[in-house]
Amino acid sequence: MNVLNFINAFFSDSAHWHGYDGIPHRLLEHVQYSLIALAIAAAIGLPVGLITGHTGRGGTTLALIATAARALPSFGLLVLMFVLLGLGLLPVMIPLVVLAIPPILVTTYEAVRTVEPAPVDAARGMGMTEPRILFQVELPVALPLILSGLRSAAIQIVSTATIAAYVSLGGLGRYIVDGLYQRNYEKVVGGATLVAVLALATLGLFWAAARAAVSPGVRRS
Amino acid sequence: MNGFFDIPSDLQHSWLGLIGLHLREALIPVLAGLVLALPIGQLCVRVRWLYPPVLWVTTVLYAVPSLAFFVVLIDYTGQSETTVMIPLAVYSLVVLVPAIVDGVRSVPQETLAAATAMGFGPVRRYLQVQLPIAVPALIAGLRVATVSSISLVSVGTLIGNQGALGNLLADAMFYHRPVLAVNSVVTTAALAIVIDALLVLLRKVLTPWAPPASGRTRPARRLLGRPAKEGTALRPEPAALAVQDTAPVKDTAR
Repeated sequence: MNVLNFINAFFSDSAHWHGYDGIPHRLLEHVQYSLIALAIAAAIGLPVGLITGHTGRGGTTLALIATAARALPSFGLLVLMFVLLGLGLLPVMIPLVVLAIPPILVTTYEAVRTVEPAPVDAARGMGMTEPRILFQVELPVALPLILSGLRSAAIQIVSTATIAAYVSLGGLGRYIVDGLYQRNYEKVVGGATLVAVLALATLGLFWAAARAAVSPGVRRS
Repeated sequence: MNGFFDIPSDLQHSWLGLIGLHLREALIPVLAGLVLALPIGQLCVRVRWLYPPVLWVTTVLYAVPSLAFFVVLIDYTGQSETTVMIPLAVYSLVVLVPAIVDGVRSVPQETLAAATAMGFGPVRRYLQVQLPIAVPALIAGLRVATVSSISLVSVGTLIGNQGALGNLLADAMFYHRPVLAVNSVVTTAALAIVIDALLVLLRKVLTPWAPPASGRTRPARRLLGRPAKEGTALRPEPAALAVQDTAPVKDTAR
């Protein structure tokens, strides 16, 4: 197995574990980009999704916006932003955020909208205010689906942040892009492995978050 | 927009040629994914315990970044179109299997019983009853798969100019011509939107019985409520975007 040899060679080379181009530093950069992008996307997507889901209005508009945003190629957007804006964090953040908003927005909307109406009506009958209904009745029930939306956004961000290296930024993509130019496949495969592992770790993290945050009653029903 | 259609000669294609190339690299994988997903989906419907492990495997595959996928494949298939198309086929498969399973499962028992009573065998029942009723869910999955496939082809430019329209991006940087990047993004997005619209049209043609979707009713509740119990937490790409597509069928099927 060629690939396994490459992986082994990459990770056993101690030069890859230190300094500016070392694995810890690149990993940190990658996680940083991803977290910033996810935070921005969630800050936009969650409130809008919650409100439209609660009122049940604007679903068609949301679907249209989401389809349009999805149609934009993130890699193309990245290069375009880089060509227009130059080097910096902004050209990387724009495509990542655009990429992450549709899954967050649409799942949140659908999750809140599809909560059983009976408990919502009951809460309203008990005199709960609309914000309380949203946060204490609808949100807990919708949480599993909302988290799955956040999760697919996070995974797409982690995968796509790789591409930041193409426009001279850091992150784990550096190994892949540099390795491709240097014909150093050991580096390429090592970088690819790290990104895949990080994506899987994200998956695991969200699984754990769902276990911890979703109330047992909702999980079973 | 000076030079918008001035494609550098090193790409060896005209603008329309690049579009053709892009469509080929994006759509063949989706088709391959569909051909694989149909039997796998059917198997998951038949053998119930098979579905959760299949979902886990597909979710994990989905989590592997496309660039990482491409790069690992270079070792086997070289810097060729195949290297770009294999991961795209896998992603399509991942999106389509849950769509098919949910779609086929959403067929009400009464409908199946009626078909059996009319003397339909299992094969005919599948082809003439279950599959048509699953069409909206299937098309919803296809829409997600196709749009992301079209968008991801561009990344192929990183592994030796296999990105079709994405190759314009490399040239935009190489020759310092931002207009080429604009061309690439706009054309790719337009392509995705056109294909998406065609799929919506296809669904309308294939499901003449479905009432026009309306935003006012809340027909999706049952459909989304049910799978949430079994496996939504595992599902790679929430089908939520597509729910508008799937919504009416459940109603009519009842």
